[in-house]
Amino acid sequence: MSLAIASSLPQSPGKRVLPGFALSMGISLLFISLVLLLPITGLVVQTAGMTWQEYWFVVSDPRVVASYKVTLWAAFIASLFNGVVGLLLAWVLVRYEFPGKRIVDALMDLPFALPTAVAGITLSALFAQNGWYGSMLASIGVEVAYTPLGIIVAMSFTSLPFVVRTVQPVLEDLAPEDEEAGITMGGTDLTVFRRIIFPSLWPALLTGIALSFTRSLGEFGAIIFIAGNMPYISEVTSLMIFVRLQEYDYAGASAIASVVLMASLVLLFLINIWQAHYLRRIHGR
Amino acid sequence: MKLVKHAKSVALALAIGLGSSHSFAAEQTLLNSSYDIARELFASYNEHFAAVWKEKTGNTVEVRQSHGGSSRQAQAIIEGLRADVVTYNQVTDVDILHTRGKLIPADWRDQLPNASSPYYSTMAYLVRKGNPKGVSNWDDLARDDVSSVFPNPKTSGNGRYTYLAAYGYAQKAFEGDEAKADEFVKTFLSRVAVFDTGGRGATTTFVERGIGDVLITFESEVNNIIAEFPDHGFEVVVPKVSFLAEFPVAVVERHATRNGNLELAKAYLDELYSEDAQRLLAGFNYRVHNEVVQAEFADQFPSVELLTIEEIAGSWDDAMSIHFANGAKLDQLQRR
Repeated sequence: MSLAIASSLPQSPGKRVLPGFALSMGISLLFISLVLLLPITGLVVQTAGMTWQEYWFVVSDPRVVASYKVTLWAAFIASLFNGVVGLLLAWVLVRYEFPGKRIVDALMDLPFALPTAVAGITLSALFAQNGWYGSMLASIGVEVAYTPLGIIVAMSFTSLPFVVRTVQPVLEDLAPEDEEAGITMGGTDLTVFRRIIFPSLWPALLTGIALSFTRSLGEFGAIIFIAGNMPYISEVTSLMIFVRLQEYDYAGASAIASVVLMASLVLLFLINIWQAHYLRRIHGR
Repeated sequence: MKLVKHAKSVALALAIGLGSSHSFAAEQTLLNSSYDIARELFASYNEHFAAVWKEKTGNTVEVRQSHGGSSRQAQAIIEGLRADVVTYNQVTDVDILHTRGKLIPADWRDQLPNASSPYYSTMAYLVRKGNPKGVSNWDDLARDDVSSVFPNPKTSGNGRYTYLAAYGYAQKAFEGDEAKADEFVKTFLSRVAVFDTGGRGATTTFVERGIGDVLITFESEVNNIIAEFPDHGFEVVVPKVSFLAEFPVAVVERHATRNGNLELAKAYLDELYSEDAQRLLAGFNYRVHNEVVQAEFADQFPSVELLTIEEIAGSWDDAMSIHFANGAKLDQLQRR
């Protein structure tokens, strides 16, 4: 009985370092309502004028469905690619000292700072058949600009920092002693990575990949300049939304946007649940 | 150093001079909401108009410009931007000011000559040096060895005009046989290499990225691009049949009245029809109605049979519902 009370004591809000639970909770809720619920409410209001049949007609239009496929596939590949490359970059930035490290570290955020349209124009200039990379790739028969591959390139460029920035702090906390212990006990490099490093990084890496994925689902500015935007082949969902807006069809635009939003929310929600479960398992909490 | 000082004193004297003239004559400002590629054109016209207005009334007028995709520009006005006049490149974007905002009367097209379109253009081709593919008319663009670039008709007025021009050609070529016309336009659309969202994007794709054999855009733009990139040796091809692209203008009466600018706004648009202004417009490669100016620029504008929206689709409303609406003809023709 007394044990139970003692163990529950630190959990009570009265013992927090920062005072003012009610106030901070209130501000948090207000803020969540403003930045999250308001746009969602806006979406619902815009689509409320539609019947279910109309809604279904808009979101299941074959061209829009084709755009879901293109967007999902491209975002999936781009975020996997970012998972590998982002992990590598974070690893290099945390574990090694080299001249210009600070600069490279700062450059990681460039895709966030750069207006996405600028990124798109630059990427399409580089990857076009007469561009620097494009001409080299063309000689081995690979076309990037104005193909679905271009969409993947634009997506992975704009969302790479998500992976680097989520993995980096976890990697910094990871004590090299753990690895050393593993090596002393006779583990191969691969075993140490697989059994010691990866399990600690995995939740952060997955979050990074998921953020990168959801960001890619909504990306517009960078993609339209490099995609070629051919119907059924390289049109992304955000372009479909843009088209509806151009036609003053706000309900249609909101309907398609709601599909993207739901996909993102479901994914993030699932990952959060899985992560909580995973952390409980490895930390025994 | 001395020069700088001198320049400064001149500037000061000018400022004082300007300042004193202010006190004698009223200064008026006018806001013109316009389309994306008209910056240079209206910068030049505003100078012309300010001089005319000064001579007529003694007042100084400063015309402020707002440029952007004209659909978004119209949207901004509906949402409260208090522009006095609109000068757009799509009739539908002016119409929406009446249907959505009741800011202009329904019969706005009858308020000024030539259906309120002081200048016009048509869709023409920009081809690479020496026209290697020998493109001369719309049927060449359906050939399987020719690829073309023009903006997406779903997102750009420019692209819609190109689509309508091709459709109008097909209607004539197949003497109204709708199935054949559809088949032709379907092939024509399948030859497009890249669909950019706007006119400038398509220009970049064609010029900088080297994509496609033909860029289709306004004749005025084609000529501007040739002048801007003389090294590329681009050439203009005006097809025998094309679409009459109007550039409608209107006074946003509700706003102009509230801003106390009704007279000024009307004068601003009326002046576009004067011979001097028409000459200025022709200098920017737009076709004009004034016969004297037409004769002066006859070499620059090859004759072309211009089809109106009424001939091709009945009206803009019909064009939107038959061709461009969700699931309508354009969508069907792009379906695989």
